[in-house]
Amino acid sequence: MKLMVNGEAHEVAATTLAELLTALDYEGDWLATAVNSDLVHKANRAEFQLSDGDRIEILSPMQGG
Amino acid sequence: MFDLLGTNLFSRLLLGTAQYPSPAILADAVKASGTSAVTVSLRREMAGGRAGEQFWSLIRSLGVKILPNTAGCHSVKEAVTTAKMAREVFGTNWIKLEVIGNHDTLQPDVFGLVEAARILCEDDFDVFPYTTDDLVVAERLLEVGCKVLMPWCAPIGSALGPVNIMALRSMRGHFPGVPLIVDAGLGRPSHAATVMELGFDAVLLNTAIARAADPVGMARAFGKAVDAGREAFSSGMLEPRNVAVPSTPTIGRAVFL
Repeated sequence: MKLMVNGEAHEVAATTLAELLTALDYEGDWLATAVNSDLVHKANRAEFQLSDGDRIEILSPMQGG
Repeated sequence: MFDLLGTNLFSRLLLGTAQYPSPAILADAVKASGTSAVTVSLRREMAGGRAGEQFWSLIRSLGVKILPNTAGCHSVKEAVTTAKMAREVFGTNWIKLEVIGNHDTLQPDVFGLVEAARILCEDDFDVFPYTTDDLVVAERLLEVGCKVLMPWCAPIGSALGPVNIMALRSMRGHFPGVPLIVDAGLGRPSHAATVMELGFDAVLLNTAIARAADPVGMARAFGKAVDAGREAFSSGMLEPRNVAVPSTPTIGRAVFL
């Protein structure tokens, strides 16, 4: 399945958002995720089914003004 | 002590966390300023990265209130989704809402701002809207549920200081019971003192401290200026006069002929 993850194209075997995070070596309580511009809560990542062409954003805390 | 939406803050200075020379200087500046609330953001994390974890760990160690922002968002959808992601990560309903409308001035898209504020207030966020000094926009933001307003006094990072004192004074007069925080455009401690003397409840700044030659010293200076301005406002300042008035009593002065 082809996905866009943080603006970069990826070809992955993962079918859920949780599997994708593991496959790409993302881990930690400080991450927030969105699929196609909508928040996906941490508790829902395991059952969230990804579809070909989905756009995933994986964000973490950063300095801000 | 400053009660901001039910949270007691020790200082009326809110501080941004970006652009410091190092994390250690950021931490020292936060302490020197006396602030008890800082702004943070969310950005893309690299695969396998730990940058977010390290920053978040530093901020938590400071023991300050967190005000996440939606900086860089140019649409209602972007801002709303970013706010929801921030709530999940930072565990607070507070959100500094930015919907940028112009690339050059970074002035807010006030129409999108009101719409995003409406959506987030309905979702139980405490929305801190980064807005202009326009009274009508301010009224709309209050109508959709905002309980605090954050007008700019000049473009973000410009260091110009308050460029429209009349508008700020008018805003204070129109919304006497609403917490007003000047956000963006402050360059010097005297700028902060000026808006605090006008009766603003607090200031939020970043660049003027982070990009100073000595951010820690500048943080301390801004902290003092904010306190001085507030105390001056509370103490009743003398109105300007067009004629001289002697300060030394004239009665009893010697007469030399």
